[in-house]
This record gives sequence, C-alpha cells and structure tokens, in this order.
Amino acid sequence: MIAYSANHPVGDFIRANLPAPLAALANGALSVVVLMVLVVVVAILLVWLERKVCARFQARLGPTRVGPFGLLQPIADSLKLLLKENIKPRAVDTLAYFLAPLLPITGSFLVLAVMPFDHNLQVADPQAGMVYIAAVSGMGILGILIGGWGSNNKYSLLGSMRAGAQLFSYELSMVLCMLLVVMASGTGSLREIVLSQQGTVRDWWIFKLPGAGALAFVLYLISSTAELNRGPLDLSEAESELAGGFHTEYSGMGFSMFFLAEFVNMFASAGLGATFFLGGFLAPQFGIGPLDHILAFIPGFIWFFAKTGALIFMYMWFRWTFPRLRIDHLLSLEWKFLLPVSMANLLLAATLVTLGWILP
Amino acid sequence: MTEYIILGVFAVVGVLFAGGAMIVSRLLAPRFPDTGQKLEPYESGESAIGSARIQFKIGYYLFALIFLVFDVEAVFLFPVLGVMRSAQGTGAAGASSAAALGGVHLSPFFIWGELMVFVAILGFALVYAWRKKVLEWD
Repeated sequence: MIAYSANHPVGDFIRANLPAPLAALANGALSVVVLMVLVVVVAILLVWLERKVCARFQARLGPTRVGPFGLLQPIADSLKLLLKENIKPRAVDTLAYFLAPLLPITGSFLVLAVMPFDHNLQVADPQAGMVYIAAVSGMGILGILIGGWGSNNKYSLLGSMRAGAQLFSYELSMVLCMLLVVMASGTGSLREIVLSQQGTVRDWWIFKLPGAGALAFVLYLISSTAELNRGPLDLSEAESELAGGFHTEYSGMGFSMFFLAEFVNMFASAGLGATFFLGGFLAPQFGIGPLDHILAFIPGFIWFFAKTGALIFMYMWFRWTFPRLRIDHLLSLEWKFLLPVSMANLLLAATLVTLGWILP
Repeated sequence: MTEYIILGVFAVVGVLFAGGAMIVSRLLAPRFPDTGQKLEPYESGESAIGSARIQFKIGYYLFALIFLVFDVEAVFLFPVLGVMRSAQGTGAAGASSAAALGGVHLSPFFIWGELMVFVAILGFALVYAWRKKVLEWD
C-alpha cells in the first residue's frame, strides 16, 4: 500500500515561496483558471469527437475541412456562436430567461471541482462528496426548468416539464448506484473512494462486489445517460417532437451555454463513473510483475482521462445506436424497473456485507 | 469547512464565467432591427395562440411528491450506509472505526435491521403509488 500525499508539487512550490494568505489565494486562482480551461477544452474536444463518432456510425466522414481532421471545426463553430445575434423574444420573462443558461454550466463546474483527476490533483474533497455531487447536479435541472418556464413558449414548456420529470426520476437510481459504492468503501469522499480500490483490477468496485458492482455500473450508465439528456433518452429536447425542447427560444450565447454544459456534464458523468466503479486515477494492475510496473509508471491523470474517454465513447455509442424512447415508456422504465432493481441491488449487497460474505 | 469555502468561490466563478460569456457576446454580436414577427414566440411559423402559462395535470404534482420522498430517502441512507463497514471494523475507516462512529458502539446487524425497516416502508409507498396508478402517464 502506497501512501499518497494530499499536496501537489505546484501547490507546494507556491506555498513555499509566498506568504500564507497570498499562497492560498494564488493556489485558488490557479485551480479556478485550470478548471475553466479544462471546461472549454473538454467541450471543444467532445463536440469534435461527437461529430466524428456520429459520422462514422452513419458511414460518413464528419468534419474534415477546418484544420487537420477537422479539429478546428468546433473552434470555428464557437466563434460563430459568439458573433450570433442574441434574440430575446417579446413574451419572455427577462430575469428567468437570462438566469437559466448560467445554472447548468455552474453545476457542471462545481462537479468538476471535486473530481479527483490524480493522486493529488483535486480542488476540494468534502467528506460528503457523493451527496454534494447529487446536490449540485440538480442545478442543471433547475436551469432547464427556469429556462423552459421563462421562455413562455409551448415547446419550451413541454420540454422543460418533461426534463424535470425525467431528470428528477433518473437521479434516484443514479444516486442509489453511487450509494452502493459508498456503502462498500465506507466513505463519501471521492478521493478515498478511489483509494479504496487499490490493488489489482479485481479490486475495482465493478468487480469487487460479485455481481452487484457490475449491475450497479450498468444501471449507473443507463441512468446517467438519461441524466445527461442524451439519446436515446433525450426526451426533453426531442427535436422531432418539440422543435428543440427547453432551448427553443434561445439563440447565440444562451444556447451555447446549455450546449456547453451538456458536453461538460458528459465528461463529469463519465469521470464519476470511472471514479466510482473503474478505479479512477489508479493504474490497472493485473498481478503480473513487469506489466504492472509499466502500467503504474504512466501518470494517474492519463489513466483517469483514458477511463473517462472510454465511458464517453460508450455514451456516444448509445446515442447513435438506439432509437428514442417515448416519454411514458421512459418514466415507466425508471419507476418500474431501474429504481426497484437498484434498490434491491443495494439491499442485497448491504445484507451480504453485514453477513461478512463479501468484503470480509 | 475550507473545502466548502473553495466550492463557494467556484460557484461564484462559474456564474461569472457563463455571465461573462453572455456579456461578451452581447457586446460583439450584431443587432438587426425587428422587421415584423421576429420577436414572436416560436410556434412552427404560425402566430402563437394564447400564452404558454397554462395549468398542468395534477399527475405532475403527485409525481413530484413521490420523487421528493425517494430523494430524501437517498439522503437519509447516505450516513447509514457510510458507517456500515465502520461498524464492522472494516472499510476506509478501518481500525479507527470507533472514531468514525463518534465512539458509539453500533452492532452491524442493528444498522442492517434499521436499513431494512426504513427501505421496506418506502418500498411499500412505491407499491401503493403503483397500485393507485400514480405511475401511469398518458
């Protein structure tokens, strides 16, 4: 067992060379800037990846013209969005209309703030990290509800009401799947959850709890797909039924903020899946000496991004493979299948742990 | 506590980030005059009929109630499940499990029993809602 220090070399360097209050300020500012850059870079890369993946699934090429492999396409797109006219329709409620786009991106920003990217690369690590995540991810839903109501448009209203029903429902089974890991690891702090999965690949929570972990992981993937508003569970913006759903009336930057939050949320959600079930920043170890040394040599944040990337690809795969569900089928799936199953899974695992049959 | 102060700062920065982007766009983006129906609410090209501020089906209200019950349940489950392995002397707290429980001795089977009773009551509520057709949407 290796003990990891809670400090980062860069942070330590700043602390050593500046007086204490200034150092805290500098470190805080640095983490804010880094995270903001990460948000923008992640969103740009994911937009490109989504278009490429989607194109390949449909036997097309996707963006190829702007930059190598079309990599500069999302940058061109975001510049275009920045220079688009912001239309405020006559009927909207001004305060609600402009408040709504601010909330989802803030929510995903706050989730990233507790994400353990590496052994000592985490902005804050509250003890109740899991509850905190459930709480701040609600901000995105709030933004959608406010935006839909404030738009004073029937499509927006229907879209946001659907989104409310869908996102609130699927949050339940997502939280229950996370609670399974909290129970098994005995902590709610994200860093400690990752550290509780040290050892070989079989110590990751997806494999360590026989059956229950894998089932919880699958349930987490399904419910987080719904939570991300992504196809096949993207009923709140079903363009074939609702002309765009809750963001029908948004143009220019308002629309881009919802859009940006959606992609950053996908990254955050995949990162949480990797943290809770796939060992987060820990290198996969197979119990084969030389191979393990090579794998452990690769820095943790690369493993974190690799696992997260794999899960993101899975989300994209879902989206471009399955047809969209109907809203009542979607809600029935949650309340009559996912919620009872995830609760039974949690109770079964709790019983087995109490009896000492697993995790002695 | 420091952690939550940092997170509070992040919340403010997040709002400023999004707000800043919107303000920048407002300064840079062109504005074209309204030459007719540009500012009308979008309703597939037709003029909007009535307001979108309409009354909702009571179904949403009942639905919100059961959601609230289960969300609060998840919050209550968090501390119970969090100390489950500490009560056994295993898990992240490990040997210092007594400290994790604040020095209180709890039998793991007692915690398990409480968990089962608590979830059984809520499971009954779900079955009741199901039988009362709250979980039907049409």
